[in-house]
Order: sequence, then structure tokens, then C-alpha cells
Amino acid sequence: MAVNASFAGRTYPATAPYAVGREKIREFAEAVGAADVVHYDQRQARARGYRDVIASPTFAVLIAQKCEAQLIDDPEAGIDFSRVVHGEERFVHHRPITAGDEIVSVLTVDSVKEAGGHAMVTTRCELSTTEGEPVSTVTSTLVIRGGE
Amino acid sequence: MSNTVLSISDVEVGQELPSRTIHISRLSLVQYTGASLDRNFIHWDERFARSVGLPDVIAHGMFTMGSAINVVSDWVGDAGRVVEYFTRFTKPVVVPYESGADVEVAGVVKALDAQTRRATVDLMATCGTDKVLGRAFAVVVLD
Repeated sequence: MAVNASFAGRTYPATAPYAVGREKIREFAEAVGAADVVHYDQRQARARGYRDVIASPTFAVLIAQKCEAQLIDDPEAGIDFSRVVHGEERFVHHRPITAGDEIVSVLTVDSVKEAGGHAMVTTRCELSTTEGEPVSTVTSTLVIRGGE
Repeated sequence: MSNTVLSISDVEVGQELPSRTIHISRLSLVQYTGASLDRNFIHWDERFARSVGLPDVIAHGMFTMGSAINVVSDWVGDAGRVVEYFTRFTKPVVVPYESGADVEVAGVVKALDAQTRRATVDLMATCGTDKVLGRAFAVVVLD
């Protein structure tokens, strides 16, 4: 089944808030081998001017993947997840994700392209606090391999 | 605690960052699966991975991306200074049960902007002869 090109340009309502916890920040940082104390030690994070411990640079993927699921899990979109390969990922941080943040995310389908029998879907998740402060922009390109 | 973020006066275009080797074991992948909630079977179940045509389990691209940036965070002195990070995923990192996999990560300063105090660092990540990240770069704010 082909990817539904009419989804290009679609924007979804904001997701339910994701509560950023200290222990999740620590767990994620440890899992990627991030040694910077700013992920683990509140006192040292505050000494650097942060409100609390901050997330490592790719932590936002946790929030973005929940957001992207709105598209990927929609049968109308025609994305066969068993054929999906991650093509590209981009993070732009307006400020670090910080423990205590409540983050909502708005998904936009930037493009749906067909090339060489494969489909490429680029999504953008705009992450902001529930107060409306922009935090991160996460852009992801998925490649959906064509059938053999 | 004082913090020693790299000063722009100590950085020049062409400068190489200290490189490192990331060793990836099955435990690394299970740990990342739990932390990231990306539970795709291809990252921890070799029977499943083989059934979909892979040689063995493969690392999450996001695990490689998330680990490679440590080279930049540690160099700049504060992970919160990473304001942009991009990569393509060019080849999967295959992680055999016995040996695991080693990914070599190197970085070089590609551009400097004195006005915004930003440095752009190109990242190279290889596993054996495979380039596993493509066109990877990070932008950091220096002191």
C-alpha cells in the first residue's frame, strides 16, 4: 500500500503534556553514555544557570516519537512500519529540555515524496512548554521501502 | 561549581576534537531500548532481525546519534550548549552477540561565527569500513 501523499502539509492538534522527570533524564543520559554532570547533578546544573538537570541533546526524540506516532499509527496514512527505515534526524534546541518541564508537541507532515520505489516522509515536531515557550524542533525523515 | 565552557578564542576552523571509540554491546541496546521506549525487535531479538533479512540485531540509529554527540558535549564543556544536531543514517551498525560493535567517532570544526559565538562541528562515525552517520554536524554556542 502506498503512502498517502494527501497527508503532506497536515498539522495535528498539540499532544497531551509530557512531564520531564529528573530520573528519566538521568536514565536516558546513562543509556547513551553521556557523562556531563549537568544531566545528573542538580546543584551543578544550577551553578551553570539551569533551573534543574537538563536532558542530553537527543532526549527530545522520546517526546517526538510519541508525537510522530499520530501519523505512523494512522492506517489512512498507509505507512507500513515493518518497511520503515530511519533516514535523517535533526534537533534544533531553543533552550535545553529541563527537569520539571511540561512539554506539548505539535506535529506537521512537512513532505511526502516518492523516489525510486521508496517513499520518504518528513515530519516536524514543535516542542514547547504548556506555557507556550518554544523548546525544541525535531525533524525526522522516514524511508518506507517499496515492495519487492 | 565553576564550569569551563570552551571559549571561542580557543577554537579555530579545522581543529580536531578528541575522538573516541564507542563500544556497543547487546546490553547497550537493551538499556537504550528501555530508556528511549523504542522497543523495535530488530534492536534486541536476533531471531526477529534475521527473519526480516538483517544479518543480526542492529543498533538504534538514535543510539548511535545520541552517543556520538558526547564527543561534542565533552569538548565544549556543557551539553546544554548543543543547539543543533543533524545526521543521516547511512548504514546500520550490526551488533553480534559475542563481540558487540565498535563505532569510531571523530569531529572537526567546520565553521565559526564570532558574532553569535557559534561553532559548527562535522562528525564522522564509522564502524569497520562503514560510514554509519552521514553529513552529521552539530552547532554549539561557545563562551
